[in-house]
Amino acid sequence: MPGESIIKYDARGLAEPLAEVPKISDISGDAATFDAADLTTRQINLELRWLLYESGITDVTVLNPGAKHSIGVGILQRCRIHYKGSLGYFGCGLIDGPEIVIDGRVGWSVCENMMSGVVEIRKNAGSLTGAALRGGDIVVHGAVGARTGIDQKGGTILVLGNAGMNNAFMMQRGRQIYCGDVGHGLGDSMYDGAIYVAGKVASLGIDCVEADLGADDHEFLQRKFSIYALGTPPTFRKFVCGKALWNYDNLEPSEKKLVL
Amino acid sequence: MCGIAGIIYKNSRTADIGTQMTAMLQSMKHRGPDSTGFALFGPKADQIVIRFTLADANDKRDFGFNERLERNRIEIESRLAKTGATVDRVEGDTDYAYRAVVDYDGALKPLADYLEDVAGCEVLSIGHALEIVKDLGDAQTVADQYHLAGFDGTHAIGHVRMATESDVDISGAHPYWAYPFNDVAVVHNGQLTNYFQWKRRLERSGHRFQSECDSEIIAVYLAQKMEEGLTLDEAMHESLDELDGVFTYMCVTADALGVAKDEMAAKPLVLFENDEIVAMASEEIAIRAILDHEIDTYDPYESQVLVFNR
Repeated sequence: MPGESIIKYDARGLAEPLAEVPKISDISGDAATFDAADLTTRQINLELRWLLYESGITDVTVLNPGAKHSIGVGILQRCRIHYKGSLGYFGCGLIDGPEIVIDGRVGWSVCENMMSGVVEIRKNAGSLTGAALRGGDIVVHGAVGARTGIDQKGGTILVLGNAGMNNAFMMQRGRQIYCGDVGHGLGDSMYDGAIYVAGKVASLGIDCVEADLGADDHEFLQRKFSIYALGTPPTFRKFVCGKALWNYDNLEPSEKKLVL
Repeated sequence: MCGIAGIIYKNSRTADIGTQMTAMLQSMKHRGPDSTGFALFGPKADQIVIRFTLADANDKRDFGFNERLERNRIEIESRLAKTGATVDRVEGDTDYAYRAVVDYDGALKPLADYLEDVAGCEVLSIGHALEIVKDLGDAQTVADQYHLAGFDGTHAIGHVRMATESDVDISGAHPYWAYPFNDVAVVHNGQLTNYFQWKRRLERSGHRFQSECDSEIIAVYLAQKMEEGLTLDEAMHESLDELDGVFTYMCVTADALGVAKDEMAAKPLVLFENDEIVAMASEEIAIRAILDHEIDTYDPYESQVLVFNR
């Protein structure tokens, strides 16, 4: 029946232990296309890996991903992937290298722990977009939910629409750019990094303060907008860590003991 | 974790919401395999439908079980007659769950209380349009058991449950009827941290609770507010201040479907709307179970209340 979960588990809880690579792609040179409408998450991921790691394909188009969860996780090489449709939760997590376009929406935790690459999402994204992002660019053409870039450790998240609350919570490095409005608690408990907001800020989180934009900031914003053909950047305000909550010094814990 | 889903058709259109809600909930089976529940709104009728159980699905089947159920079912019919209700029919979907169609225009509270005074009886819902069906197992299992395919209606909510803080039984399953109010039900994903405060407060106002589940509070809380004159939208907004915890919940009345997210936006919700239908769920994959093509969806933000009227 429509919507029925067709994933089977073995006695240990392993999903689809007998799943095999479907090998249904239309391959032309180094490009391939396959329709994911009738495939499970595991079959889609097996097909992707077979194409990218064993068949010399560097450009994959996935039709009808159907908002399924955990698609395209852990792809660790340079390649292009184009999802013609929406992804569910945890899409494109733990990737290192791919350039990805998603012609649809994504659910919670897209690009979690992404190391490098580019992910362009043409519609909205759910909460926790780019959680613990290490590197690379995430570009969301629509709105994002709450806690975008929580625990972010590098890379850039660029959002053209509005954002929910608690974005950049405990952010440690990297940059976030919001062209729309952002919710309460922006940059709460952030350690480092920079947040740029063009719209309204509902409230700042603890130890998040406004800073002046320098020439480097303008150059950075201009460059990102140029790369993604987004036109002239709007006027942004910049927010950073106030360094009042977290006390860094040059001493290691062992050295501190000696001082004390 | 739990998963919730809702659909409402605009412009008085009806559809097979039994099959549609089953598909939505089945696609979220991974969010909660313990029990599944449906609150379905059929066309408003003059008669009322009472959904009730006389035992739980996992009650021990001792030697006297069937005899006791039959005796209690007869007692229910007798009590319905004593309250002035004219029983049209009583149908049994299982050996412990029943659907009574009656003519009755009296107060619902004494009726519900009188019926629940029968040993083992739990009234799941009373309404001119609302019918709550809930049981153990996944959506397809429950839908097959209660013959929900082909249920023609205007709007519905549903729930798949991963039991955390109360038992795996029908009492702990959602949706919750807003006892003793007509045609109001709630599904909830989250935890309320001031549950006991509100439970005591509402009990002092004369309400009773069928379960130990925090979600039941929301249903009665909202119905109480509406009884005091607030609209559904106003009542749901007040709940954001007065109910503490993390939650996304949906509430249905005879004419509307509302959804509210707590101030931390800790629980997911994806929403789709077009000229015909509003569909929402914890995961987009549930909406795609009934709209099998690319759609534009969005996540409502923290502290947001949305109410959709038919």
